[in-house]
Amino acid sequence: MPVVTVGPATVHVDAEGFLTQYDEWNEELARQLAARIGIELTDEHWKAISFLRADYPTHGETATLRRVSTLAGIPIKQLFVLFPGKPAKKMAYVAGLPKPRGCV
Amino acid sequence: MKRLVILGAGTAGTMVANKLRRRLPMDEWQFTVVDRDDIHLYQPGLLFIPFGTYRPDEVRKPRRRFLGAGIRLELGEIDRIDPARQTVALDDGRVISYDYLIVATGTSPRPDQTPGMLGPEWRKSIFDFYSYDGSVALAGALRDFRGGRLVVHIVDQPIKCPVAPLEFTFLAESYFRQRGMRDQVELVYATPLSGAFTKPIASAQLGGMLDERKITVEPDFLVEHIDSERKVLVSYDEREIGFDLLVTVPLNMGADFIARSGLGDELNYVPVDKHTFQSKEHPAIFAIGDANDIPTSKAGSVAHFSTEIFVDNFCDHIEGRPMTRAFDGHANCFVESGDGKALLIDFNYDTEPLPGEFPIAKLGPLSLLTENSRNHWGKLAFRWIYWHLLLPGRRLPLPARMSMAGKHQPDKEN
Repeated sequence: MPVVTVGPATVHVDAEGFLTQYDEWNEELARQLAARIGIELTDEHWKAISFLRADYPTHGETATLRRVSTLAGIPIKQLFVLFPGKPAKKMAYVAGLPKPRGCV
Repeated sequence: MKRLVILGAGTAGTMVANKLRRRLPMDEWQFTVVDRDDIHLYQPGLLFIPFGTYRPDEVRKPRRRFLGAGIRLELGEIDRIDPARQTVALDDGRVISYDYLIVATGTSPRPDQTPGMLGPEWRKSIFDFYSYDGSVALAGALRDFRGGRLVVHIVDQPIKCPVAPLEFTFLAESYFRQRGMRDQVELVYATPLSGAFTKPIASAQLGGMLDERKITVEPDFLVEHIDSERKVLVSYDEREIGFDLLVTVPLNMGADFIARSGLGDELNYVPVDKHTFQSKEHPAIFAIGDANDIPTSKAGSVAHFSTEIFVDNFCDHIEGRPMTRAFDGHANCFVESGDGKALLIDFNYDTEPLPGEFPIAKLGPLSLLTENSRNHWGKLAFRWIYWHLLLPGRRLPLPARMSMAGKHQPDKEN
């Protein structure tokens, strides 16, 4: 797995830049990752990211948009405003989780 | 007597009932299967009805006929499961007690979950083909179609038989060509995925086949609502796709009684251990087939392979022994590509569909990820196998675990 430097931190990522180690993530890193994709994190962004972080260890998979919408109470439409274009991938990227598998 | 209750007499429920009936002593076990009706639908056949390949009566048979002697079939709507009391309540007041419960109620298309889908255009210019009525209605619509834009659309993943929308698209392209009207039909494939399929090698192959057939792909398209007056799909990020004929795959969800029972995730699937299918919360409850949340395809082949593992594990579990067999996520699907040809894909949790050959004892190998007529005939022959071998729970010459034999791993550097 490649190692990259994000701000002051050195982290393990996959070929597309998603973090591979859950514990290497922290809030400062999230701000740096978000900046790389042109997002400045607001409280609303943090609500989604905190849910993803909390859900992952028990669920074992990165939450889908529908899961975030249903369980964290953020409408899907709003997730598209917060993380434009590809919200599921962008949220996972900032939250330091694997790319959502999109199911099969 | 110990009481085993199976909810759902579809592919997974019927196979498991018949296999366990042979493994467990009938003087010690009472088998009850619950379903809402007595019609078993051969779901892979729904793909072919719109094109006239199958007649509607070829895909429906009584469920009872496929359940072995001694298995009781109760017909009724399920109200809820009470895991603390170990009971299942039906709508009409009947209560069925269980020692072990197997949930096999599958997943269903839910057109009510997308605003505008069930409006005045439903079954006029908006169709689904994952239901019997939808598939039969679509046959008429295709016959009467005089040209324009046909959009094949998926609301969201996961869906059962995830390759079926692609197959429908290939078959439609071939159908219009054979009717001499291909140049009057614009074909669009709108998907919430970033490409034709989820896994990279198959996605590239299937994407290439869409390109060759001049089918436009609209990727990353997550529908918010359908404006049926303007006949337009509108996405959450405000893109629009107009249609003359829409063939959509509605949101798929597990049964509502699972939510009422407090047993489901956000799509009413039962969270289970992905190797044993035991409920994460209630050790006496298992969920098999499409009804659980395991991260592989919702498909009959998965139900089949996983059932073999499940039955061994279940027999150990009821004797107090640890469950030692682990399901690997094995799936295997024929993909119809039109003109009497099909591809075959074979994969699991860890290995994506790869090219090569798929060995079958006595019949010889089928080629993987390559179109040919042998695969197409394999797919058609499967209907006989389904009714006569698969549902009765007889063993097929196919391994439950995926094998790498015959598969080629492309050079990862490329």
